[in-house]
This record gives sequence, C-alpha cells and structure tokens, in this order.
Amino acid sequence: MTSAPSKLYADDVSLLVVTLDTNPFFWTTFPFHFSEFLSQVLAFLNSILLLGQLNQLVVIATGCNSCGYIYDSTSNRNHASTNGTMPALYSNLLHNLEEFLARDQKLTMPHAPVTVPSSLLSGSLSMALCYIQRAFRSGPMHPQPRILCLQGSTDGPEQYVAIMNAIFSAQRSSVPVDSCYIGSNNSAFLQQASYITGGIYYRPPQMDGLFQYLSTVFATDLHSRAFLRLPKSLGVDFRASCFCHKQTIDMGYVCSVCLSIFCEHHDKCSTSLYLARLNQMLPQQTTGKERLHNVSGLITLILSCPSRELICYVS
Amino acid sequence: MSSSQQVVKRAKYKTTVKDPGTPGVLKLTQEKLVFKPNDPTSNNRVEVDFRLIKNHKHTKEGSNKPPWLNLGHSQGSYIFELENFSDLHVCRELVGIALSKHVEPPKVVSDEQLSPAEMTLRIKLLQEDSKLQKLHKDLVASGKLTESEFWATKKKLLDQDESRKLKQRIGFKNSLIFDTKPTSDGRINQVKFQLTPEIKYQIFALKPAVHQAFLNFVPSKMSEVDFWNKYFKAEYIHSTKNTIAAAAEAAEDEDLAVFLKDDEILENEARKKVRRVDPTLDMEADQGDDYTHLPDHGIFRDGSKETAEAQNTFYRRTLLQDLNRQSEVVLEGKTLDMDMEHPRTVAEVLARRKQESDGVIEEERRNRISKMTQIEDLQAQDDHRFAPLCIKDPRDYFDSQQVNALKSLDDSLAGKEQIRCNLGSEEAYGSLRESISKIKAIGLMDPLLSPEVAFKVLNGLTKNISSTKSHLGKSSQESVLDILPNTTKEKLLDHWVCSQELLRHFWSSYPVTTQNLVNKTKRMKDAISQIYSKLEEIKVSAKSDLRHQVSLVVHPMQQALDAALLHYDADVRKRNARGTKPNGYV
Repeated sequence: MTSAPSKLYADDVSLLVVTLDTNPFFWTTFPFHFSEFLSQVLAFLNSILLLGQLNQLVVIATGCNSCGYIYDSTSNRNHASTNGTMPALYSNLLHNLEEFLARDQKLTMPHAPVTVPSSLLSGSLSMALCYIQRAFRSGPMHPQPRILCLQGSTDGPEQYVAIMNAIFSAQRSSVPVDSCYIGSNNSAFLQQASYITGGIYYRPPQMDGLFQYLSTVFATDLHSRAFLRLPKSLGVDFRASCFCHKQTIDMGYVCSVCLSIFCEHHDKCSTSLYLARLNQMLPQQTTGKERLHNVSGLITLILSCPSRELICYVS
Repeated sequence: MSSSQQVVKRAKYKTTVKDPGTPGVLKLTQEKLVFKPNDPTSNNRVEVDFRLIKNHKHTKEGSNKPPWLNLGHSQGSYIFELENFSDLHVCRELVGIALSKHVEPPKVVSDEQLSPAEMTLRIKLLQEDSKLQKLHKDLVASGKLTESEFWATKKKLLDQDESRKLKQRIGFKNSLIFDTKPTSDGRINQVKFQLTPEIKYQIFALKPAVHQAFLNFVPSKMSEVDFWNKYFKAEYIHSTKNTIAAAAEAAEDEDLAVFLKDDEILENEARKKVRRVDPTLDMEADQGDDYTHLPDHGIFRDGSKETAEAQNTFYRRTLLQDLNRQSEVVLEGKTLDMDMEHPRTVAEVLARRKQESDGVIEEERRNRISKMTQIEDLQAQDDHRFAPLCIKDPRDYFDSQQVNALKSLDDSLAGKEQIRCNLGSEEAYGSLRESISKIKAIGLMDPLLSPEVAFKVLNGLTKNISSTKSHLGKSSQESVLDILPNTTKEKLLDHWVCSQELLRHFWSSYPVTTQNLVNKTKRMKDAISQIYSKLEEIKVSAKSDLRHQVSLVVHPMQQALDAALLHYDADVRKRNARGTKPNGYV
C-alpha cells in the first residue's frame, strides 16, 4: 500500500472494501442484468472517491471458484483509459474484472452444476480483512475501514465456519460489514455479519434504483452514521450450519466442549475429539421463532446457564 | 434417639475372608459405621450409612473362627474382625437396632417429602416475592405443574438462600492455654493438670515443637500419658522456677529439652513468613524502624522479673512472643472440623494441613514475584486496538427478532428452494463477459435511473424512517404496553410470565425418555393451549383502536406457544411411528 503516513486523515475518511458478487451462474438466472448492475455500482464507486479526496477504495471480485482484487485506488498500476471515454476507475476495474473472470473460468469443474453454486464470500471477506489489517499497520493515522458486500447468490452453508470466523475477526478489529443483498431471499450469513459487526444490512426492493440505495445507505462514512437514521435491520436469521454435513439447521447437537454444531448425534465430536455420551451432547431444541444458533449466542447461553434445560429453551 | 448410643472398638477390616485385615478403630452409631485404619495412609477407610447395609452376619462363639462381623451391602460385604466375642456382641446388638430402624420406613424417595426447613424456605421465598407467589398460584395450584417441578427450575433461588445463612464456624479459643494452671490439693506433693481434647488441640496448634515431639515420640517412645506428664513438667518448671533451673533440667532430660525450645520451628515459620512479604519491599531498610527485636520490653511471662544470663536466653520465653503466637493461631482459625478424641489423629491431620498450606504459600509467592518483577518501563504499550469479542446484549436480539416474528413462517420455507441452473459454465461466463464489454463499449447507462424510480426509492427509504420513528415513540423506554389499559397490560404480563415458565418446563422435558416426562409434556401442552386461547380472548376483546397493537404484542407469544404445540404433535407422531425402543429410550 502506498498511502503516505504523513497524510492526515480525519475521522470521515474511509477505506471502503467492496466485495462484488461475480458468480456467472447467479447472474444468468437473475432477472436484473449484470451490465445494469455493474453500471449502477461503478457510478457508486466513483461517487465514493468523489466524496473525499483521501477516500480509498478496494474492490474484490467474489467468484464461485476464486476471489481476487480487481481495483485498488491507491495502486500505482492504475492507468488512464485508452480511448478517454470513461474514467480510469471504470476502465481499470473492467479490465481487471475480465482478467479475473478468465482465471476463474479456468478453475471451473468440467461438468456444469445442477444448481446455482454459491460464491466464495468467505474468501473475499478474508481478503478484505487482510487488506484492512495492512491499512491498520500502515501507521497511527489510517482511514476508517469498512466492508461492503454486494452479494446476490445464495449462502453456501459449507462456508459457514469460515464466514463466521471472518465475521468475528471483523468484529474484533471493529470493522463494520455492510451488506447489500440483491438476491430474492435474505442471506442469513450477511444478516449475521452486519448484525454482529454493527454494519447495515439492506435488501433493496427495487433493483433499478440500486444506485440511489447504495448512495443513500452505504455511501455514508462511519462518522456520519451516528447522525443518520439508516434503515434498521428487520430481523436476523440466526440459523447455523452443522459442521458435519454443512446444512442449515434449526435444531442440532452442540458439543459441550468446543461448541461445534452437528445435525445428528455423534459419540465423538469430530472437532475437539471429545468423547461425548448421549446426555453430554446437548440437544438444541428450538423451532420457529426460537432460533438462536449464532455461535456467539451459544456461548452466552452455555456460559450463563450450564444446565441443559435452559440451553434447550431459548426465547 | 440418643446420640450416646455408639460403640467404638478396635477391629481389623477385611476386604475378603482371606485378607489378613487392616487394624484400626470401628465406630458404630445408629446412623452409620466408620472404620478408621490406624495407618492414616491406608485407603481402607470405610464410612457407610446403615441405609446401605442389607444384612448382617457374625461368627458364633465357640466355633473355631475368630469373632467376625459381616455386614452385607449391595455389592459385597464388609468384614470386621473384633478383638473378642464380647466386643462382637456389643457391636452386633447396635447393628441390629440400626438396621431395624432403617428398614422400617419404606424407601419412598418422593420429591414431595420435604424437610420442614425446606418448606419454610419456600414459603418465605413466596412471601418475599409477590410475582413468584402469583406464578406459583397460577401454575401449581391449578395443577399445571407439581410443586417439585415448579421448584426444580428455581433451584438457584433456593440455593441462594441456603448460602446466605451459612452456619458460623467455631473459631479458635481466644484464651491463652499457657494459663492451664495446675491444681494442687495442698496436702500431697503433687500437682494436677486438667487436659481436654480441646486443650490438646490448642497446644498442638500453638506449639509446633510439642506437636512435632508428639508425632515423633508418642506411639514409639512413650505413651501418651507419659508424654503429657513430661510436657507439663516442663511447663511447671517454667512457671515456678527460673530459666536457670529450666536449663539445668533440660540438660538432664533430653526429651524434656524438646519442650523448652520451641523456638527453632517457630523461627523457621517466621522466616517463611518473611518470604511472603511483598518481594519488592526492602525488609532490611525497615529494620531500623523495628523495635520488636528489642527484648520483649522487659516483661517476662509468668511475672518473673529477673534478667537471666545471656546463655540462657534460649530457654526464656517472653509474654510478647506467646501473645503473638496465640493471636496468630486464633486468626488462622480452626483448621479442622473433626472430633478431637484421638490426639494422635489430630496431630497427624494438623501436620498434613500445614504441608498443604505450605505448598500453596510457595506457589503464591512465586506468582507474586512474577507479577511484581514486571518492570513497567519495559512493557509494550498496552493499547490494544481490538475491541474484545463482545457478546451482544440479549435485548438487541429480541429487538431484531421482533419483525421476524411478524413475518409469516412461509417466508423461510420459500428460501430453501434452490434455483435450478440450466446453463453451462461456458455460456454463463460468456454472458458475463458480454455484459462487461457492453459497458466498455457504450459506457454507463444514461440516465442511470429515471426520476420516477429515484422518487420511489426516496419515498421507500424515508417512509421507513418515519414509521420506525412513530413506532418507537419519543423515548426508547416507551413501549406499546403503556398505551394499553392497565388491566389488559397486567393480564398480558401475567400470561407472558406464565407462558415463559411453562415453555421452559416444556422444552426441558425433551427428549422424552420416561413415562413421567410423557405425562409432563402432555400436561404442559394442555396448559399451553389454555394460555393460547386466553391470549386469543384478549386479542378479540381489545378495543378496536388498540386491537392492532395488542395483536402485535400477543403475536410473538402465540408464536412461541405455537412452536411448542407443533413440536409436541410432531414428537408424538414420531414416537407412535417408531414404537417403543427396547432400552427404554423413547
């Protein structure tokens, strides 16, 4: 990173890391065109840079086989557009995105998937956090970092552990994860990510107004957010994925030692190798409204009430 | 029942008939039998309640077998070989009484049987907490929960109360045992010392030298009586004569000398204590201010005023020393809660205690040094940028769930269906590239969004804001409940507490493993459905302008109850389909 430490950053200077869902299988099944989406997003990204001279912008593409940085506003390798029809940001980003897609395609399995595969959100979240860590270490004065996930494809339950880990490390370093989810159903992962890290989760009801949603809700820096009434999350889906079959579950077994979640009973916890007898694996019985399977939630419960009955009943 | 009915006999404990036996002391009371082996390291210690003893047998007098008492329990039997048959008879009689007493009351370990103390505690708790009392009335009096079930979830309350009135421990006597004055009748040239187990214990605690000597000498070198005779002789010499005489006496009898120089061990301890002082404290620098090393301010114990020669200071004890030692032991408190009938065991236990505490002290000291030796200048700056992993306030969770509760359940079901993907990867990536090149060619859409759309978006975003604002009211404390009339509010709150309690019981009885739990879940289900209908009533009876608010409040409660009812039905169906399993796991 080339940011000079001598720069004096005010509290409203942001480092925005955007993860862009580029899952081709999702975009081909989605009614809204990728080109329209991209032009709205590009306009938004440009406006972020225009909001403040010191603002930094990093864009990470979230593919279904790999992830990659496709734009870094501080990079030296940004070159001006060849034909001068569009800003350097656009041409650079589009150029890198094309390259990324070509790379990503090479990693594709030979046979086409039956259902839409999920994007590697966990990977791009980790990359974003790594970049932010670098910014943290660049000096005492660094821009305020935040992550914005532009996600469309459905959650991949197999990424549950990785995503939760990313979320918790974001929470630790107090990096809010904003999420703009454009898919048809809410994303439990992103809901949890925004809920835990104190970011904003929003699902724009109208795709053709995406730019306006982005610029009114997600363009505000962390400092200004204190004064604004941003859309509140309407509810969080706290369901967890089991560690054994990577399925989203309402009810499961939790290892009493390491809190790993399983959808069926095992004699031995595969994570901590803890030999558990039937009554030591605590069944989590919650249905309907009583869903609380966020890992952090479990910790609270188990710490505060070690008896089985209270763990079972969560409301 | 008189507690005096106890028998203490020497006996050997045999694990099997062939076992030569561990010698020790067998103590029988009507409640239990305790066998303490003479060798304290032996783990053949037995302590059994007579409730667990099934039967008893014994060898007949006149047969060629030694006097054995055989007490059978569920896994085998305890065999004690007594010294003679008369002892055996005494023991047998007591065992007979004890067993008959414990057989009589049939073993009804019913939860309902409570000690009066427990009962009064519960009543007190109910009286103190009107809410709890109301809940108790609602649930227990109406038969939805049994008394024990109700209290099972309130164990914390009961325990709390228990700990509050922890019985006071008896401390160490604060009178100087050095004052055990001899009584003499004046006629014979003899003095008598009164010696109780309590005093013995005090002596052991106060005078480590005596304690050590007792451990060293008593069973091997001299009898207990001799030991105490010697001890008091030494004390007597001290109190009546002077230090010179003490020295002379000690020179003659080396056993006696032991008692006259307590100081070695005490000094050791003092040294240990000095090590416990904060290691950064410079003791030597302070020594100049210390006047305690000056000899005892001239006051001698036992009122003697003479100043002895320097060589005899060894045998001289000062009042100050004694007082300090006494207060130290008193502050330490009584370290063992046991009867002090056998000075030998008392002495041993005391010795063991001391070792343990020494270990702890050593570790404490090490910890303290490592803590103290941290030099602050050399530490890294302690400004962690990380916020500690914070577990969210549970209230946040409910706030965030409120809307979830209002959403229909179908929503989550719809989310599960996966969109079929009928395109190959080639086409998919191709179309994506096409989009990119399209932007490259014609640039961004122009205009990006139509004014109509922009207006709609703005409306949507701001409408949301104003509605949340009006819902929340001006202060965050204000809630929907405050708008409702008081009676409705009260009713709702009662139902809420009630349903919470019931649900807790309901969910805690899963997985259903016993018939008892089957019955309980059935009972809970009935009670839950009752509350459900009551909530429905409240909803209907609410005034039209408040109906919406009431239903908003009632909805999550009903949903929670719904979930329980659904689970119950599903579980019943599942169990009926499966049938009962052989090992009782339903």
